[in-house]
Amino acid sequence: MNAIVTVVGKDKVGIIAGVSSVMAELNINILDISQTIMDNYFTMIMMVDFSNASNDISEIRKKLDQAGKNFSVSINLQHKDVYEAMHRI
Amino acid sequence: MLFSPHEIQETIKMFSQEHLDIRTITMGISLRNCSTGSAKSACEKIYDKITKYAEKLVVTGETISQEYGIPIINKRIAVTPIALVAESSDANDYLCFAKILDKAAETTGVNFIGGFSALIEKGCTKGDRKLVNSIPEALAATQRVCSSLNLGTTRNGINMNAVRDIGEIIKKTAKLTADQNGIGCAKLVVFCNSPEDNPFMAGAFHGPGEPECQISVGVSGPGVIHSSIKNMKGASIDEIANRIKKTAFKITRMGQLVAEEASKRLNVPFGIIDLSLAPTPEIGDSVARILEEMGLEIVGAPGTTAALAILNDAVKKGGIMASSHVGGLSGAFIPVSEDEGMINAVEKGAISIEKLEAMTCVCSVGLDMIAIPGNTSASTISGIIADEMALGMVNNKTTAVRIIPVPRKNVGDKVSFGGLLGEAPIMRVSTFTCNEFISRGGRIPAPVHSFKN
Repeated sequence: MNAIVTVVGKDKVGIIAGVSSVMAELNINILDISQTIMDNYFTMIMMVDFSNASNDISEIRKKLDQAGKNFSVSINLQHKDVYEAMHRI
Repeated sequence: MLFSPHEIQETIKMFSQEHLDIRTITMGISLRNCSTGSAKSACEKIYDKITKYAEKLVVTGETISQEYGIPIINKRIAVTPIALVAESSDANDYLCFAKILDKAAETTGVNFIGGFSALIEKGCTKGDRKLVNSIPEALAATQRVCSSLNLGTTRNGINMNAVRDIGEIIKKTAKLTADQNGIGCAKLVVFCNSPEDNPFMAGAFHGPGEPECQISVGVSGPGVIHSSIKNMKGASIDEIANRIKKTAFKITRMGQLVAEEASKRLNVPFGIIDLSLAPTPEIGDSVARILEEMGLEIVGAPGTTAALAILNDAVKKGGIMASSHVGGLSGAFIPVSEDEGMINAVEKGAISIEKLEAMTCVCSVGLDMIAIPGNTSASTISGIIADEMALGMVNNKTTAVRIIPVPRKNVGDKVSFGGLLGEAPIMRVSTFTCNEFISRGGRIPAPVHSFKN
């Protein structure tokens, strides 16, 4: 099962490293990463596979929320199918 | 990356800032095999069937919500109109049936159960009459039960005996729930051309032509539509309509995704998606504000009906292509108490019941969640209903009335129903009488364009 993780906030050192280490901790595989500046905000987009994750989805969300607080960024995880449904016919 | 940052951000914004949600997953359950001669055993069968079929409804809804990151606000149940199920029983009134529905709703954890209903567009059977007479006590004695009546259709005309009686029933319902501002009336809706697969309350029921059990999903998203047409100052109406259509498509696709997933996990067939713009009292979740964004100073100003017609049609067009089966009401709701922009318009004197009536000719439902003075006569309420039913009958569309004569309140007062039901200023009602017209009773003949055979 694939999901898209977005990290939006003020740019600073260590965001990618921090988020990636949370992923590793949860045994979530990162498939793709892109990074850009949108509306003056650091925006990182990750495609991840959470089929073999060590925790269930609500736990994963909690951990990501916590990581977001640590870096003062907002982290969002959304199932890939939601984007597929909305943006692809 | 499969998706562009812009696409990803658009979707995230819809959920985080524009109140996009699945308003309801509604499980329709047929109770036709629960009829027996004994009311007690019929009630037992009803309870067992509902709690068995809907056992996992709430937990499944919550799991999907977590997994997909989509808020799913309500989980609900719609059942076969109780008048059909209870008719062969020995009960003299159907209060016991309402109570058992309430209990089943509580056990399964849903917040509303719809179907304390009767389809009486041409006349009442003995069972229908018992149900209608039980409505006030049923709505006062239960928390989660919703009631609806179909009083007319384009095909059959309007049952004016029932229209006359329902004025009294609404008054009595308000009186029995007077300590809660007549909230019983907020759980009672009367229809012309009621859809049999509508997942939204208070009018949801599982029609006689529906299968054993099915899942229908109601999608909302006035905030998303609103924000999609912001920054379109000076754009032509064509462009506005097109933008709304595209946005409605995206929203409905999300509904379809959730509906398919829920249907698969519950092992129950998918029924329909109802793409309705259902506002809530929260800021940024208002249908009225969309109309104002189109260029009205305030909703109720001249041009309001035309703006609503554009919105309603564009929402339907976008939604229809996005789902394999669209049904229910699908369009824009214009409830007063549940829409922050609508409340504002009433308070500023910009909108009246008469203007709302005109708007119901082009919206998806009707006069919805309107609070009126508690001393309004039963025949005046019946007159308002008759007008609304006539609009539906002649225009071949669903219309409905959900009106609350709030005990001891008058124009200038405000009433709060709490939660999604919101709060409403009491609206002025015409003081001229229609008593003689309503007391005639009888049936309004079906219009000439209904004879299509």
